[in-house]
Amino acid sequence: MRLTALAAAAILVAGVANANPVAPTDVAYDDSGAVAESLTGVAGDAANGAKVMTDRGKGNCVACHAVTALSDAPFHGTVAPTLDGVGGVRSEAELRGIVANAKMTFEGSVMPPFYKTTGFTRPGDGYTGKAAPADLAPILTAQEIEDVVAFLATLKD
Amino acid sequence: MKIKALTAVAALMLSAPMAFAEADEDQLIINGDVAMISKTAAAPHLEGALSEVISGWHFRDNETQAMQLDDFDNPGMVFVDLARDAWATAEGTEGKSCASCHGEPEAMAGVKAVYPKWNETAGEVRTLQMQMNDCRTTRMGAEAWKTDAKEALNMEALMAVVSRGMPMNVAIDGPAAETWAKGKEIYYTRYGQLELSCANCHEQNYGNYIRSDHLSQGQIEAFPAYRLKDAALVGVQSRFKGCVRDTRAETFSPGSPEFIALELYVASRGNGLSVEGPSVRN
Ligand code: HEC
Ligand code: HEC
Repeated sequence: MRLTALAAAAILVAGVANANPVAPTDVAYDDSGAVAESLTGVAGDAANGAKVMTDRGKGNCVACHAVTALSDAPFHGTVAPTLDGVGGVRSEAELRGIVANAKMTFEGSVMPPFYKTTGFTRPGDGYTGKAAPADLAPILTAQEIEDVVAFLATLKD
Repeated sequence: MKIKALTAVAALMLSAPMAFAEADEDQLIINGDVAMISKTAAAPHLEGALSEVISGWHFRDNETQAMQLDDFDNPGMVFVDLARDAWATAEGTEGKSCASCHGEPEAMAGVKAVYPKWNETAGEVRTLQMQMNDCRTTRMGAEAWKTDAKEALNMEALMAVVSRGMPMNVAIDGPAAETWAKGKEIYYTRYGQLELSCANCHEQNYGNYIRSDHLSQGQIEAFPAYRLKDAALVGVQSRFKGCVRDTRAETFSPGSPEFIALELYVASRGNGLSVEGPSVRN
């Protein structure tokens, strides 16, 4: 029911939000680190989310997490818990908050923030080792975050 | 409650690889003769951080490990031979070689184990490469080698070989304490857009896999290392640079005060482990 209401709200704001995604500095995390509102108002594309999760230059989530549904991509890490079943126990709001900035949910987590652009120590320009440009982009775009969240939501068992 | 159950299941599933992928039980004995201390109790200053310190050798696959067991199979040993020649070759305006002042390279036994080290006259902590450069510039009238330049790494590898098996024993107190503390701070700082510190990977997660990489403790008692990927010797500070770059950070440069401090600190984390270079790594 909550989901339906949320979806309806998303559709309402979609036109505006699409052109103007929530900026990384404006993301509204609740006390437990969840983010209720879609960052773009556009429904996530789970298939693209799966790609982002295995792409080394993007999410590279499988560097740390094992995900059975992504076993086509070689070598999953053991640094973090498996994500199998996570869509059955976590709401989309929780998943969105964790992917955008996991430290809002898990204090001191080793999981990197994927939708954050400020507050870093010696931020670099990607993997070049050089200093970051002044307008550092988040590692994932707002829509890529939504796509990843949509994929995670499919991991029900 | 459901979340707890998931976590429990995850813990069960992962406990096998995590607990047993840590470090293997193989023995590091070089040429069937020189037994290395490749695992030992951590130094007192690591209390609360690590209980045991382990050579990176234990985290490599059998094939890579085997290359280090015999000097004939260790591709790093070629560079040690080059360094033996360089040791006895006069260079610079004074017409002197290392041998002119120090005799045989074997006279340097034990030196590698205590570097980086405070230099009283200079009033600074010096890495072994800095000390070698001091000899080159002030005693030989030769040019300093750049940090981690080929010649510097070759000579450092020779210095490692003549100290082989001796336990690392880097001083962290007295006048070195300030530099050591700075290195420690760097070790625990979360750099870059990935917000990862050395400790996040090498203290919290050694034994785990990050994608296909088996994380070691990031110790440096086995440097310089022959890296199969580069087909060359790699120096400590160049390795640091690569790891910092991988956090999507602006790196420090080899030879910078930050990396000198970090080298002292990381070396001290390996106190008690045998000097092992040149090691073989992938
Ligand atoms: C460098 C390691 C690392 C990377 C990369 C990483 N994570 Fe995580 N993640 C963790 C850790 C560790 C946890 C467990 C929480 C904690 O203790 O910090 C976690 C927790 C999670 C959780 C919550 C799991 C649960 O059981 O509630 C989700 C969902 C998640 N990560 C998704 C992702 C996604 C999606 C990506 C990539 C876009 C990603 N992670 C990349 C380390 C990582
Ligand atoms: C994102 C994870 C990560 C971070 C952060 C990281 N490293 Fe590493 N490091 C690796 C990986 C992967 C390797 C290769 C496998 C191994 O030896 O652990 C490695 C290797 C090393 C080695 C070579 C060890 C050997 O025996 O050959 C050293 C030394 C090292 N790291 C030091 C550091 C230091 C110092 C820092 C912080 C400035 C650091 N690392 C930060 C991932 C990391």
